[in-house]
Amino acid sequence: MSNQPANTEVLLEARGVSKSFPGVQALDRVDLAVRRGRLNAVVGENGAGKSTLMNILAGVFPPDSGEVLVRGQPVRFRNPREAQRAGIAIIFQELNLVPDLTVAENIFLGREPRNRFGLLELARMNAEAGVWLRELELDVDPRTPVSRLRVGAQQVVEIAKALAFNSQVLILDEPTSAITKQEVEVLVRLIRRLKERGVGLIYITHKLDELPPIADDLTVLRDGRLVGARPFAATTRDEIIRMMVGRELAELYPRTECLAGAELLSVKGLSLMRPRSRELALQDVSFTIRRGEVVGLFGLMGAGRTELLQTLYGLYPHSSTGEIRLEDQLVSIRSPRDAIEAGLALAPEDRKAEGLVLALSVTENATLASLETTQRCGFLQPARERRLAESWVERLGIKLASLDAPVRNLSGGNQQKVVLAKWLATAPQVLLLDEPTRGIDINAKKQIYGLIDELAHDGLGILLVSSELPEILAIPDRILVLAEGRLTAEFVRGEATEEAVLRAALLGGKPER
Amino acid sequence: MQPKSGVHTFAERLARLQSLVALALMVLALSLLSDKFLTVDNTLNVLRQISINLCLSIGMTLVILAGGIDLSVGSVLALAGAVAAGLLKQGIALPRFGVVLQFTVFGVMLAALAVGLVLGWFNGLVITRFGLPPFVATLGMLSIARGLTMLWTGGFPITGLGPSFGFIGTGHWLGLPMPVWVSGLLVAGFVVVTRRTRFGRYLYAVGGNERAAILTGLNVNRIKLWVYTLGGGLAGIAGLMVTARLDSATPTAGISYELDSIAAVVIGGTSLSGGRGTVLGTVLGCLLIGVLNNGLVLLQVSPFWQQVIKGLVILIAVAIDRASHKAQ
Repeated sequence: MSNQPANTEVLLEARGVSKSFPGVQALDRVDLAVRRGRLNAVVGENGAGKSTLMNILAGVFPPDSGEVLVRGQPVRFRNPREAQRAGIAIIFQELNLVPDLTVAENIFLGREPRNRFGLLELARMNAEAGVWLRELELDVDPRTPVSRLRVGAQQVVEIAKALAFNSQVLILDEPTSAITKQEVEVLVRLIRRLKERGVGLIYITHKLDELPPIADDLTVLRDGRLVGARPFAATTRDEIIRMMVGRELAELYPRTECLAGAELLSVKGLSLMRPRSRELALQDVSFTIRRGEVVGLFGLMGAGRTELLQTLYGLYPHSSTGEIRLEDQLVSIRSPRDAIEAGLALAPEDRKAEGLVLALSVTENATLASLETTQRCGFLQPARERRLAESWVERLGIKLASLDAPVRNLSGGNQQKVVLAKWLATAPQVLLLDEPTRGIDINAKKQIYGLIDELAHDGLGILLVSSELPEILAIPDRILVLAEGRLTAEFVRGEATEEAVLRAALLGGKPER
Repeated sequence: MQPKSGVHTFAERLARLQSLVALALMVLALSLLSDKFLTVDNTLNVLRQISINLCLSIGMTLVILAGGIDLSVGSVLALAGAVAAGLLKQGIALPRFGVVLQFTVFGVMLAALAVGLVLGWFNGLVITRFGLPPFVATLGMLSIARGLTMLWTGGFPITGLGPSFGFIGTGHWLGLPMPVWVSGLLVAGFVVVTRRTRFGRYLYAVGGNERAAILTGLNVNRIKLWVYTLGGGLAGIAGLMVTARLDSATPTAGISYELDSIAAVVIGGTSLSGGRGTVLGTVLGCLLIGVLNNGLVLLQVSPFWQQVIKGLVILIAVAIDRASHKAQ
């Protein structure tokens, strides 16, 4: 807890900040205040607008409307460097260090001390870096290449970099998602020391358990709006969850009656080890999917959802264990090829980077996984490919100018449909969908939900990964919740509430305090 | 109309059109500047002269489409030609059995092809199995193959290979020089491969987005292995043609040929990052360079200027290509 009273100087403030991107209002008149020596914890679901707000405060892009004030003075940052010079530093989840340079070189990157000949003063640089490291309790030689350090230590180096730059406001974006428990403790101590120095902090996290030792103020965002801003001591955990979630459960596209049949996919004891840290990304995950059933998988960032799908799909044959059965037959899946042949299909999270070849046409992308069926005597048959593509375009309602146009030109929703077409053309038994409606307009979303419903009725088993609570409550027949690599809860549609699901995702199986 | 992989948008078609227009302008200008240009003899000359580069460039196109690069083709060309010449002249001596294995012309053709295929396969192996970046792997092969050529030839040219072998390089059939037939058939064959086979389609997928290709279940390593093997094989054929034409296999054959083939591929509109480009575009690139060289010779411009101009053409062609893509 801070020693500073609640009304210390406001170092950084956002007033009425709004920002929209094509198709989505990311922030709507949000206020935020960071005070000297206090830590403001910003919480909210995925997509609540936390990252957008931080990017604006750190100068990555400007708000559409509203103001940002530094010590009471309105500012308009044109780039992150200006924000840094104003004393605001952000430490992203993906650290911004140059791996092959040393600790000292990273700390002084761009501001290296030089002598009058313009040459680097390495001794001075290392000495000053050493002072910072001691201050932050990091016992590391400043001449060590950053790549050799653990993620937790790298994070401290980033903090040193921010402090060496005289930062007065430090924004920490999900700082504990990639570090060990011991390193979290070090971070907590570090935060206390920073507060003593008068630094104001913003701390974004979804791990509510971490907040009591460090949070002084609390800000809750939901759907781009400010839902609550108050001293942390004045709230309870239940209240926080309620603020994060509380909305009318809109009728998106309710599923028709589930006609689940025999067991189709059975997963037992799936575990995945992260090679570098030797920690388990997935721990003993077991579940089943029946024919005609849509199973939802909910989890917050870092819970392991994508890793689960990727492990099922054969992308980590050497670091995973567990048993997978399809129609009660044990299958060995050691590559995507194996997975496809077993009847699985994966629509990945990032459709542009992993689901499509953007330079190729709609037809070429749609047929890419099923060329064995359209070819004849070793030669591709463009007419057959065209017919296949056309039939899927029609069935999925893909809007396009021409089948030959590169997929790059399509909208997000239509691109996603092309990805689905590619997989449906392989007649899979189990469809793995990783955030299929992310970044898609509402109409295309509805169409995709309708499609999921149809496919379930056709007898497919579907695993739907989503971080959107309304979606996960409306569409799947059963909801599994993943937290820190473990399945912590299972709900049947209708008996789940947003709060219950979110609580299971946040508390991660730890006992109630 | 049958969709062509990697060439769809208007801007891309425009980019190819630019090279075509440039070629047309060049032909027009040269025919006005020199009355020796637009003759049958000269045209056949040009076609014959680009045959070697065309052969190499087809292979290079495939490799670059798949997202790689092959710097070793010039050296592979030299080794293949040298092996062919050596086997033809001296065969393989087996003192233990007291015989010398003689090779027919057809036999050495197969040998040259085999040398190319094996070296190409080795490139592919190093890249896929050991994960070396293509630039580094083929750079190594460039040296290795050149060294092997030196060893095989002992540092001296192998000459006097006989008229039936020489026919491959100097002969004519139905009025067209043999190298033109060979490269022409290869162009036709690989246009079909890139447009109408699964392998061709997969090349575009692997080069366009390797991650997506993996997730789609494609055997990316096998595709890459094949593409480097094919590239090596084409270099072998090119080596055959060079040796036959010159009636001589020299240890310095093919030096810097890889750069000329990369130039042709790039001028032809293929992106160095992979996934975009066509064999016909490369043909256009070869023609452009060939016509340019031919014209400068006819106009009696110093051959050193040819180098400068070729370099400028590369820069201009790629700059235009970039600009037309930014405009998208």
